[in-house]
Amino acid sequence: MEPAREIVEIQVGIADLKVTREPGRLITLGLGSCVGVSLYDPMMKVGGLLHVMLPDSTQFSNVNKLAKFADTGIPLMIQELQKMGARINRMQAKLVGGAQMFSGLDEKMTLNIGLRNTEKSREVLSNLNIRILAEDVGGNRGRTMIVDTASGMVTIRTMGNKLKVI
Amino acid sequence: MKTDSKFTDFQMDALKEISNIGLGNAVTSLAQLVNRRIDMNIPLTRFMPLEETIALVGGPEEAVSCVSLNISGDVPGLVLFVFDSQSTFHLVDLLMGMDLGSTAELDEMGESAVKEIGNVLTGSFIGALCQMTQLNMTPAVPMFAFDMLGAILTSLMVASGRVEEQVLVIQTRLFQEKEVNIKGHFFLLTEPGSLQVLFNALGLTVE
Repeated sequence: MEPAREIVEIQVGIADLKVTREPGRLITLGLGSCVGVSLYDPMMKVGGLLHVMLPDSTQFSNVNKLAKFADTGIPLMIQELQKMGARINRMQAKLVGGAQMFSGLDEKMTLNIGLRNTEKSREVLSNLNIRILAEDVGGNRGRTMIVDTASGMVTIRTMGNKLKVI
Repeated sequence: MKTDSKFTDFQMDALKEISNIGLGNAVTSLAQLVNRRIDMNIPLTRFMPLEETIALVGGPEEAVSCVSLNISGDVPGLVLFVFDSQSTFHLVDLLMGMDLGSTAELDEMGESAVKEIGNVLTGSFIGALCQMTQLNMTPAVPMFAFDMLGAILTSLMVASGRVEEQVLVIQTRLFQEKEVNIKGHFFLLTEPGSLQVLFNALGLTVE
């Protein structure tokens, strides 16, 4: 047996994005209504993970962090991946999160941000002709998302449940 | 973004004092509800960014219960009570009059027990605040979740439209009894403008 390689796990914060190459892993913890968007180039084995908080930056006058929004964060991640040799026509996307965390939401807060984050991410990806390979979205549970750049597999951790791989 | 600098030390002290009285009231109500003696520490009051707040309570994947209520009126905002999972189970035991350690997971009954506790805590906290300031603050129906802390807090901030603000954290190692240690965190999410209303009502406009 060959000795196990040291696998670096890079944490992606809220409204943040990170890219890395094989054998690195990208992880973002506790996605609620936020959506984790991963992009992966299987040929170059380069991947990125974005933690989207809000769907649309055009709704805000003061946009100080592009990675916060689906419409600005996804193109930014693509640029970062291209710098590492990834090609947009090979990129595969996976979406995780977009839950509705609270039961008994009162009427002031009923707008389902989780769903809107998911739908906007799909729309941005589709406009760029990027294929969505798999999704684990919606529901009412928080999720942790781990992207493995060696395989392109995405692992999802939820409270009290078994790991799910997509 | 720098909400901190908008307020003087004097105002932050006042905020701490208000929180102390408000939470004191809340704890008294809880003690009456469960018919036990319950203490609290002097709360810590400060503004901090969301990610630091999450780290303070125990990390993004920490299992917590959270009762949250929208406040409308003169000081619009969002109030949150967060308990770690062990404390949540203790609270259910206390409220249901069961032996401590009986509850190990949250069923529907337990959920409504925690919701009720959150309701009582928030109600008396807000009540005390209104009495002191003569302001009008009305809490809405409580919302509830039992899940990962990070998922809960970010979702609430986004849903209430308070993404840019720092969080006003009023933290107290809430309620300790001899045999039980219930760790609670209390958060008030509001805009600097709303806090200014609060200070004005207390005659604390120092400039």
